[in-house]
Amino acid sequence: MGLEDLQHNFLTGQLEDLVRWARRASVWPASFGLACCAIEMMAAGAADFDLARYGMEVFRNSPRQADLMIVAGRVSQKMAPVLRQVYDQMMEPKWVISMGVCASTGGLFNNYAIVQGVDQIVPVDVYAPGCPPSPETLMHAILTLHEQIRTGEIMQRRSEGRPTHVEDAQNLWTPEVPVAVRVGTPK
Amino acid sequence: MTSLAPSAPPGVLTSDGLAADLVCFPTRAQYFALVESFKNDGFEMCVDVCGVDYLSHFDRPLPEGVVATRFEVVTNMLSLSKRERVRIRVQAGDDEPEVESLFALYSGVEAMEREAFDLFGIIFTNHPDLTRILMPEDWEGHPLRKDYGVGNVPVQFKEAPGPR
Amino acid sequence: MSEPTVRAIERDELLVAETSEGDQELQRRENTSTSELGREIGAVLRRNDLHIDPMSIDVERRDDETMIINMGPSHPSTHGVLRLMLELDGEYVLRCKPVIGYLHTGMEKTAEELSYIQGATNVTRMDYLSPVINELNYSLAVEKLLGIEVPERAVWIRMMMSELNRMSSHLVWMATNGMDLGSTSMMIYGLRERELILAFFEKTAGLRLNLNYVRPGGVAADLPDGWKDDVAVICDTIDERTYEYDQLLTGQPIFRERMVGVAPITAEEALSLSVTGPVLRSTGVPWDLRRTMPYLAYDQVEFDVIVGTYGDNFDRYAIRLNEIRESIRIVRQCAERMPGGDYRSQDPKVTPPPRARIGESMEALIHHFKLFTEGFHVPVGEVYSAVESPRGEIGCYLVSDGSAKPYRLHVRGPSFVNLQAIPLLMRGGSVSDAITTVSTVDPVLGEVDR
Repeated sequence: MGLEDLQHNFLTGQLEDLVRWARRASVWPASFGLACCAIEMMAAGAADFDLARYGMEVFRNSPRQADLMIVAGRVSQKMAPVLRQVYDQMMEPKWVISMGVCASTGGLFNNYAIVQGVDQIVPVDVYAPGCPPSPETLMHAILTLHEQIRTGEIMQRRSEGRPTHVEDAQNLWTPEVPVAVRVGTPK
Repeated sequence: MTSLAPSAPPGVLTSDGLAADLVCFPTRAQYFALVESFKNDGFEMCVDVCGVDYLSHFDRPLPEGVVATRFEVVTNMLSLSKRERVRIRVQAGDDEPEVESLFALYSGVEAMEREAFDLFGIIFTNHPDLTRILMPEDWEGHPLRKDYGVGNVPVQFKEAPGPR
Repeated sequence: MSEPTVRAIERDELLVAETSEGDQELQRRENTSTSELGREIGAVLRRNDLHIDPMSIDVERRDDETMIINMGPSHPSTHGVLRLMLELDGEYVLRCKPVIGYLHTGMEKTAEELSYIQGATNVTRMDYLSPVINELNYSLAVEKLLGIEVPERAVWIRMMMSELNRMSSHLVWMATNGMDLGSTSMMIYGLRERELILAFFEKTAGLRLNLNYVRPGGVAADLPDGWKDDVAVICDTIDERTYEYDQLLTGQPIFRERMVGVAPITAEEALSLSVTGPVLRSTGVPWDLRRTMPYLAYDQVEFDVIVGTYGDNFDRYAIRLNEIRESIRIVRQCAERMPGGDYRSQDPKVTPPPRARIGESMEALIHHFKLFTEGFHVPVGEVYSAVESPRGEIGCYLVSDGSAKPYRLHVRGPSFVNLQAIPLLMRGGSVSDAITTVSTVDPVLGEVDR
């Protein structure tokens, strides 16, 4: 009656792997759709490009319950403090995907009214280019984020270690696997 | 062919316009009375009120007798019963543009006049709530004026990474 | 009960200070004069020409009986970044003030920096649910100033794409409206149907959304091979699915109770507020620019203008559902009667030469270069032209000073004006009705804030 008899009832693994699996398998997005990209985000959650297969179809309306903020659309000067407030209300661990060129860099609108890149306000993990990015691009961005979660730190608070602006390339955290992942390849 | 309403104030200049049956050029004093006369003549809806800043295009074509100023307020009106459109262009002034608000005649111009105030600085007298509508409350300046820059950030292109 | 710490209070105040908009917000009752309250009648719109029943003004209500609640700008009712400040008495809405500007993009200023060919890329992002109609509106205005004729095939292609766009916009409306009322299956159905249309758009124009397709002079590219079969599949599928939506929603008792009789508006109020589109048609006024002031080839196709009776939410829903069916009719007629010919005007002032000639002829290369770097010059003048978008009358006031860039481009967004009706519609309703009402007015914040 030793441990050998119990061999089929236990799974062992690293705690970090389990935590990472739990975190990436059910990332709940906060609905922060602003403009045209929001429509593509809704389309990504709908029938043809289902996000539910990643456990992400519940767009939590309260930022307290959300893990991921997909900034979908152009951020105007009036909206910027609201964006920061919603980001601050989210609980750790939290991630940000900047969807579309307007959120990533200001896009087509290089003028007085649009914040030139949402990374001036919140730290961004993945940028998804496109105007608007098709749902497939958004899903690629989400899978890239999953890879980052799968290979990342679990104990360190993201907002302390990472600068908002990439000033110094040496301090940058890089994942173990390249960022352009092949969709659906398990390691 | 549309013509001025019978109750229009005297001395309003008109001309033909593209995609309008009539274009009128009242002075600031005649503006409200002119719009009122059109309203009584069957123009049930005031479709659009917007401002234009003619700083860089001051010598635009205008009929004889109209004194051009820097700012203009353009009002488009629509008659559903007669299926006609009328455009009214008022010269609003140079430094402190001011026109009368049409709120007493058409409630729907409230937001449009607020927008013209916000983006151009044109004051509409007797408007119930003339505050900014599109820009944040503490914004300085009126963005759509020609002497207000676009505000673009110069784009820096870095060396593209080499082939992988 | 311990006192909240000083740091927490400071932080709350800071948060409020960061996002407050001062005079643009709804003021407390004690800061609002009696005449204001009387004129407001539950609205930010102040009706001067209405007969207000003095008994319906609750000037006696004390300030601590009501609560000012802020909805938005980030809220789940997926209509974009609209902030509504509601004054509530329990569950009932007394006053409401929409605060907009959270998506202000400065598109009118950007348009002054872009040439006329590039202008379509800018304008198309205003009402992002019906991009083709925005571009059509802008192109018609430019073509009026230029004084050029567009070939017949281009006219019919534009009409067909506009109607497909109207269908996709109304499908998104049905999806989000269903979801606001609690029916998530409607969300899935509406977006699933829309994918068929978007796949066709991608095949024709290259993009699903914000397709830069209708340009001054015609359209950007001809229809792809096999388009008739694609369009036939779209029409047949969506036609029979609208009857499924009838089963899901129209006759359903809960849906009817929530929509019938809620938020009515009269024709007189709608005209005074300059409201157009399905909201105006729901009051009984049969005003549809496609029928009354036809543009493109709408006077050569048969379709009905759907008109409601009571001006309530259910009428607006029924109008949009039936407009999908009417659009299917128009698209079928376009597919049958599509003429041959050029898909854009051959006027060399506006159209670049065909790509193959650029390699052969120096003149063609120079022509192409000039058109795409400098752009074509439009004669001096001003024009206002309007088309019927799924939300109402979208107009374009264009002033040209003879150069290659517009001097002033102002787009009259229908949602901007329709938003003024929201406070009037909401008065006296409950908070859940407020959500439904905003949904049936169908604002798209891209064209509200531009």
